[in-house]
Amino acid sequence: MEKTLKNVDDVVIRFAGDSGDGMQLTGGRFTDTTAIVGNDLSTLPDFPSEIRAPTGSLAGVSAFQIHFSSKDIHTPGDKVDVLVAMNPAALKVHREELESGGMLICNAAAFTKKNLTYAGFDSNPLEDGSLGDYFRVFDIDMSKIVKEACADMGLTPKTVERTKNLFALGLLFWIYDCPMEPTKNWLEKKFAKRPELIEANVRSMNAGFNYGETTEIFTTRYKVDKADLPAGTYRNIVGNYALSLGLVAAAERSNLPLFYGGYPITPASDILHHLSALKHHNIKTFQAEDEIAGMTSIIGAAFTGNLAVTASSGPGIALKSEALGLAVIAELPMVIVNVQRGGPSTGLPTKTEQADLFQAIFGRNGEAPLPVIASATPGDCFFTAYEACRIALKYMTPVLLLTDGYLANGSEPWAIPNVDDLEPINVKFADTSSMVDGQFMPYLRDKDTLARPWAIPGTSGLEHRIGGLEKEDVTGNVSHDPENHHHMTLTRQQKVNNVVNDIPPTEIFSDASGELLILSWGGTKGACRSAAEDLQADGKSVSHVHLRWVNPLPKDLGEILIRFKNVLVPEINMGQLNKLIRAEYLVDAQGLNLVRGKPIGKSRIIEKVNEILGS
Amino acid sequence: MAETKAVEKKKYTRMDFASDQAVRWCPGCGDYAILAQTQKIFPDLGEDKENVVFISGIGCSSRFPYYMNTYGFHTIHGRAPAIASGVKIANPELSVWVVTGDGDGLSIGGNHTIHLLRRNLDINVLLFNNRIYGLTKGQYSPTSEMGKITKSTPFGSLDRPFNPVSLALGADATFVARTIDRETKHMQAMIERSYKHKGTSFLEIYQNCLIFNDGAYASLTDKETKTDKVLWLEDGQPMIFGAEKNKGIKLDGNKPEIIELNGEHSADDVLVHNEQDFVIASMLASLTYREDFPDPIGVLYSIDAPTYEDMATDQVNTAIENRGVGSIQDLLHSGQTWEVK
Repeated sequence: MEKTLKNVDDVVIRFAGDSGDGMQLTGGRFTDTTAIVGNDLSTLPDFPSEIRAPTGSLAGVSAFQIHFSSKDIHTPGDKVDVLVAMNPAALKVHREELESGGMLICNAAAFTKKNLTYAGFDSNPLEDGSLGDYFRVFDIDMSKIVKEACADMGLTPKTVERTKNLFALGLLFWIYDCPMEPTKNWLEKKFAKRPELIEANVRSMNAGFNYGETTEIFTTRYKVDKADLPAGTYRNIVGNYALSLGLVAAAERSNLPLFYGGYPITPASDILHHLSALKHHNIKTFQAEDEIAGMTSIIGAAFTGNLAVTASSGPGIALKSEALGLAVIAELPMVIVNVQRGGPSTGLPTKTEQADLFQAIFGRNGEAPLPVIASATPGDCFFTAYEACRIALKYMTPVLLLTDGYLANGSEPWAIPNVDDLEPINVKFADTSSMVDGQFMPYLRDKDTLARPWAIPGTSGLEHRIGGLEKEDVTGNVSHDPENHHHMTLTRQQKVNNVVNDIPPTEIFSDASGELLILSWGGTKGACRSAAEDLQADGKSVSHVHLRWVNPLPKDLGEILIRFKNVLVPEINMGQLNKLIRAEYLVDAQGLNLVRGKPIGKSRIIEKVNEILGS
Repeated sequence: MAETKAVEKKKYTRMDFASDQAVRWCPGCGDYAILAQTQKIFPDLGEDKENVVFISGIGCSSRFPYYMNTYGFHTIHGRAPAIASGVKIANPELSVWVVTGDGDGLSIGGNHTIHLLRRNLDINVLLFNNRIYGLTKGQYSPTSEMGKITKSTPFGSLDRPFNPVSLALGADATFVARTIDRETKHMQAMIERSYKHKGTSFLEIYQNCLIFNDGAYASLTDKETKTDKVLWLEDGQPMIFGAEKNKGIKLDGNKPEIIELNGEHSADDVLVHNEQDFVIASMLASLTYREDFPDPIGVLYSIDAPTYEDMATDQVNTAIENRGVGSIQDLLHSGQTWEVK
């Protein structure tokens, strides 16, 4: 039968199944393949917080979404074009987001009475006609086909069953005209010591591919052309890895040993994992006994002259807060990463949120200001981590870096930067030249940055004491003097304010004035930019500004805001940046606040903009 | 620092270790004695002053670093062991000291204390145990005896007290010792032993709080009672005590008992101390705070074990040996990449 090949620009696929069905692996393989093909892409893993919830349960559904395109894209996509549902629970959880008319590919073998009941279906949706009106349904007995494909291999039925994700992958490769070679190579590497597993997985993948090719069920294949990306060497990069590499780059450029102290917490643990495997970059990692020790150990390492970093998520940052205050008053350089997740309390450990902005800026006792920078995309985590280190060292201050669960686990193709092009980081430890009348002055400040000297133990003549008690400026001696405390409070604030001098002019996409400005920070950048693009294409007077530094805010933001009749601030929280903007600039900014543990989709932003503009 | 160590040591006097800050403990506080003995013994340790770091938490004892003319960091309540760990791992060449108290080190910071001990970083912990919260004006502490009447326990405290040396042994400490603020020579010797031990040294110092818990150790310091209430420990020596050196500790099975060295028993029947014997150390620790036994004072336990920071440094060095010094540019280009033209 003749199959047609259609060109499409833009596809969103979601692989969904039980935690044990290998959906993250399947998504990862598809991602790497589209990257090799040259598509632009953006991914969003979505897994349960239970390691292995009961098989077939709604709680145990794990999913991986990939948006790939021949155009420049910024988000993992709103609506799903293809949903692969390996069991009824996966269908139940994800079918709402499948586009009407979208493709639904199911493993029919898993639609047993038991699984259907478990997922809350009264009848089998593959048979009762409830789906056919909305979706193009392909129910395939994947379990049976892989069993046949591997029949003569002498493997256990369980082993064979576990290759069914490769069948689904093979089928998707056929539908989207993608090569299987990269996955074969990957399997050969992964199972180098288990050749029978390479064989079984390749057979199942081939079976999926051939199923598309030979059966008459699928009549059309689709082709997503290469995206027109800027020239360069690319790799696919996941946010937490990019962040780790940014830290390594900062350590190398500053010529400092990197000390990472941390405690395992979702979704930040991967940073600890990555760095602990890179000891040959002169990195020491310390898995502390708790979050507080993670934080305080880096204060010790910073005092000793290392580039000191910790990472955690909201609950862990809460535990670190007292020590963060010590870092502020001791004026030591370090970077604290918060990979935000859904809260409050334990909240939604594996889901994304932006609700720790206030915690980052204000969440300490006393007046304890520190600079706060936020990553915008998975790849941007590299640059923000580097910048956070640079500013920490330049101003002798702790810097808080905000990312989130989506950025941490999401990925995108990334043009590999040349590290020599990054702004240099110059560190100069104090020596006897910073003494006044033979006495070392630990709080004698640099006139421009207000940074104090960094005198590390081991330096003869600079022995000094610091601590959490208020100290006299210049000498660093303990002081309870009212005027000194007021002066030090202002000085610590001014030091943070001075970071604006390192913030480049704000980029406006595209018109510098107009009807409405979408203002974003953190991981919502992509959705806001996509929405602005669509609205501009639709002739609307809508611009977009993204904030990289959220504390301090850029110098020119106030004058930009007043040039727009409306300001919309989409956030995955109840309006934290919005409140800051309203307070700081007295503009009547509005919020779009969706707190669902997921990235905000561009369609919701477009809807809201149209509502405000009355169109 | 490694280089300076190789050359001739600087000569110091005790004044070199005294900072210019006025000492602000209550007159008569046991802390004065500890500070004085520390400053006195430091010139003998042979450590260059710039390589010495004192880290403290919060409490009366934690003011200590301000008075030492070395590097110092007065941090936050309970966290000194974790901050000190960061210092020591970042630069293993430094001589790192933690000054803490029974509240700071055993209550709010108990978790950090036990984890420091089990990791065996080469850090010296001086735990001032006055069995009371002094800085907050007199609440009972985790080492206060049961039934303690304080501001927060007008009807008597209900908590069973921690015995710090048992806790340290339970946390797998490699060096556990105890001294008394009034015993200046012994304290110097114990500080020196702590310094010389490679690994975490846990030195409990019985310290009198004149204001809120005066006389907590009176029976160990009063002339009339101390000979019967202090068991001076010496490695390889029988555990003999008493004014006439006429009493000893003997094991009856695994139960300690006091024997009189008269005709029936001789010194040969007395248990001989062995600092490397965990069972003996645990038994000795269990005699703490007991009415019917003397308190053991001295080194209870001392064994050799690898330190965390040496192993951490080895891992870095081995990784560099095996793979060469990592380059970020190479790392960025590792794995699957592709060209866009």
